[in-house]
Amino acid sequence: MNDKLRQLEFDPRLAGMLGALAAIWIGFDFLSGGAFLTPRNLWNLSVQTASIAIMACGMVLVIVTRNIDLSVGAMLGFVGMIIGVLQARLLPELIGLEHPATWIIAVIAAIATGAAIGLFQGALIAYLGIPSFIVTLGGLLVWRGAAWWVTQGQTVAPLDGRFQRIGGGATGAVGETATWAIAVIACAAIAAAMHYARNRRRSFGFPVRPTWAHIAVMLAACAAVIGAAWVANAYAVPPGIARRLVEEAGGTWPAGGVFIAHGFAIPVLIAIAAGIATTWLATRTRFGRYVFAIGGNTEAAELAGVDTKRTLMLVFGTMGALCGIAACVSAARLNAATNAAGTLDELYVIAAAVIGGTSLAGGIGTIAGAMLGALVMQSLQSGMILLGVDAPLQNVVVGGVLVLAVWVDVVFRRGIK
Amino acid sequence: MKPKLVEMRDVSIAFGGIKAVDRVSVDLDEGEVVALLGHNGAGKSTLIKILSGAYRADSGEIRVRGETVDIASPRDAKRYGIETIYQTLALADNVDAAANVFLGRERTTRWGTLDDATMEAETRKVMARLNPHFRRFTEPVRALSGGQRQSVAIARAIYFDARVLIMDEPTAALGPAETRQVGDLVGELKRQGIGIFLISHDIHDVFDLADRVAVMKNGRLVGTARVGDVTKDEVLGMIILGKCPPGAEPGPGAEA
Ligand SMILES: Nc1ncnc2c1ncn2[C@@H]1O[C@H](COP(=O)(O)OP(=O)(O)O)[C@@H](O)[C@H]1O
Ligand SMILES: [Mg+2]
Repeated sequence: MNDKLRQLEFDPRLAGMLGALAAIWIGFDFLSGGAFLTPRNLWNLSVQTASIAIMACGMVLVIVTRNIDLSVGAMLGFVGMIIGVLQARLLPELIGLEHPATWIIAVIAAIATGAAIGLFQGALIAYLGIPSFIVTLGGLLVWRGAAWWVTQGQTVAPLDGRFQRIGGGATGAVGETATWAIAVIACAAIAAAMHYARNRRRSFGFPVRPTWAHIAVMLAACAAVIGAAWVANAYAVPPGIARRLVEEAGGTWPAGGVFIAHGFAIPVLIAIAAGIATTWLATRTRFGRYVFAIGGNTEAAELAGVDTKRTLMLVFGTMGALCGIAACVSAARLNAATNAAGTLDELYVIAAAVIGGTSLAGGIGTIAGAMLGALVMQSLQSGMILLGVDAPLQNVVVGGVLVLAVWVDVVFRRGIK
Repeated sequence: MKPKLVEMRDVSIAFGGIKAVDRVSVDLDEGEVVALLGHNGAGKSTLIKILSGAYRADSGEIRVRGETVDIASPRDAKRYGIETIYQTLALADNVDAAANVFLGRERTTRWGTLDDATMEAETRKVMARLNPHFRRFTEPVRALSGGQRQSVAIARAIYFDARVLIMDEPTAALGPAETRQVGDLVGELKRQGIGIFLISHDIHDVFDLADRVAVMKNGRLVGTARVGDVTKDEVLGMIILGKCPPGAEPGPGAEA
């Protein structure tokens, strides 16, 4: 039985997460009288998950090396303030208001600032040997304070019009045609990648999944992509904005109105791109191999000639860069930079990684799991908001689920030993 | 005269005032097996960790084929063809056999990404030689038995064309059949001209495999001897009492 499952490369943890997510979604839909599983709610859910999911990708790498980063929320707040001031105050004077390059400069500045902070904290941890808990706890206070300092606490708004699209909203989606195009390309890419990996294993004479399982997995993955595209395209842009879009395009607004679909939200595409890139980093590069080896046995990695200190510093640099991207998404969504942005995000990001199967003992974790973990937590919160549950009780539930998820994981791990 | 494959001269290292290794000199020829013996805590592992680049000696000299070398890291040692099977095995438990065999020396594709298929294929080849029954190539090595883990550690050391092989207590976790396999392997590698330091706290494990023995006690060298020139009991006397028999060449740690 166990051998059978192994041959299918069945991942019980991933399956369990997907099952839990399905149960949460169906449960809330039932309790809310069908208000949860609507295109509108699911689309908003995906947008709300994006920022935490992006940071969770980096947190997996950090926790896999047996470290922690408590400063991610504060970094997000600080970077958000920097790019807010940059695009709302500095760049308008230098290159003009609503310049087409503004958003690009802001995004690059966000990633660079985040990476620099991360590398700096990483250097303190790796080369000076200060525990990451302490360095990033200090960082939490420092960067949160620094975020206030940038404008003496003033909120910066509004932000650049093109930049705002990064955060979602009616204009922050790619539209119907692009959504189908992305879905088709994604399906082709999934099929090609799976096919290539399988053929390569076979050319070496290694065991592979039976054909039926291979095709079933491929079809399931493609069905999920097509389903997501269908949902995103079933969510209509509100009539007021739709009318503006039609008229801007030179058309006339018909009496009965027209259906304009949102399509995939840009922040969600960014999060998925971040997830794919980080997964590639973690599984296909030497850097990723060293990250896991360090988490499994730091001394062994050192004896094998791995530069463990440099690797560790780069892990925190990656985490910082991802915080920079998340800062763009969250500031753009608010259309404002506030020094309180990202407060408590460190806890949600760590919780997402842990619910997603990342072991605090190090050495074990997947990016996909952490992103699913972020989606599970956001689903719980959105569902409870939909049901009118008070905010304090929401925290009680999310906290309880975190502990429960880790307990299930502990039991599960004991079971497979 | 042909220079020795490896020579360690008057090597010392202290940890917080405790001299773990004190002016020890040992050497090794091509195709020679030198057994490094001594009680637990005698300083054997520490001595070879200096040769493998894990520690830096406080003083002393290391020569490889007559040339003085500076071994500042495990990478340096590997560059001189010195490969080590550590007493603790030094495996990353959470990744598979191939990832461990190639750790720090990964094969990459022409795009610079990990070439896992090639690494697995090579690992399968070397494991077929070491442990023909080994099948669990895609599981973390945590799931393996002591003997299988040992094979992975050995595979890592011999895959990369070692000139000098250090085996620190290689049979400690093994049953009789597997111990015999390691013995056969030592013989085979010796015939290929590889020099081997074979470390053990138990003389019975290594006496028949070794050409020479070097005995340590309290961080110091009691003496070295050709196995033909001393009896097992005499070597036991070196290990336990630090007494150097007439057939052996005494070191700084020999009792008067
Ligand atoms: N990293 C270290 N720090 C402090 N003391 C050490 C360290 N490594 C070894 N020692 C000490 O050096 C001595 C020799 O140990 P070791 O080389 O492991 O002995 P052996 O391998 O012969 O059993 C022991 O007293 C041990 O406690
Ligand atoms: Mg030892």
